[in-house]
Amino acid sequence: MGNGTSLGRVRGLGSSHQGTHHWLTSRLTAVGNLVLITFLIVSLALLPDYAYATVRGWVARPLPSIALILIMINTFTHARMGVQVMLEDYVHEEGTKIAAWLLVNIVPFVGAAFGILSVLRIALGGA
Amino acid sequence: MAQARKARPISPHLQIWRWGPAMLVSILHRVTGNGLAFAGLGLLLWWIGALASGPESYETFLNYTWTGEGGGLQAATAFLGKVVLVGLTWAFFQHAASGIRHLILDIGAGYELESNSRWSVVTIAFSVIATIALWAFLLLR
Repeated sequence: MGNGTSLGRVRGLGSSHQGTHHWLTSRLTAVGNLVLITFLIVSLALLPDYAYATVRGWVARPLPSIALILIMINTFTHARMGVQVMLEDYVHEEGTKIAAWLLVNIVPFVGAAFGILSVLRIALGGA
Repeated sequence: MAQARKARPISPHLQIWRWGPAMLVSILHRVTGNGLAFAGLGLLLWWIGALASGPESYETFLNYTWTGEGGGLQAATAFLGKVVLVGLTWAFFQHAASGIRHLILDIGAGYELESNSRWSVVTIAFSVIATIALWAFLLLR
């Protein structure tokens, strides 16, 4: 592409056909987070104490461990989309844009994978 | 974007506008969202990772974030940890409330100036009250 007018540079490229996907997914995960994080806060607040055995015992139960795995997927998806929008607004240099793109496409997946593995280790009774 | 290199006239930013509730809530939504994304999810992973690794790891997590036992550094970070934890619960309540406001705005409702301002203020009032209520419940029971 040359350095033509703004219209000339995009003409013929067409629509990406995914204009609403990002928007809709951030709303869906937002509703999921309302349910999941409310469950997490209320459950933790109602624990009798925060000793290791108490908290680990709570996480190991089926409903909390399922909720926590869903939290790892849902919050990291939602956070990834929100951070992406923030970076799109504030990062304008080509080099830092690539760094930002790597950040939002790698770090959330690593974090979620670590979180899910930790929940599984607790739920399935490993050391 | 070769054309964008020259200094172009830019739209007015934060320092130009007269502050109002909707503007404040919009900014808070972004700030709390990113705070939750970095500090909140980071702490969540530390917590669940420590819990999975065993009693000593969990004890270390608690020392650094809350109790401050075991040395000078832990005492300092434990104070910070309390500030961060209270801040994160406020950030969640604020982000959740203004998030619900966004879901309502998404269906096309709530754009009248007066109701828009009113519901913006309500999100802030809710987040402050919910944070105080949660920590009062946790610390006073």
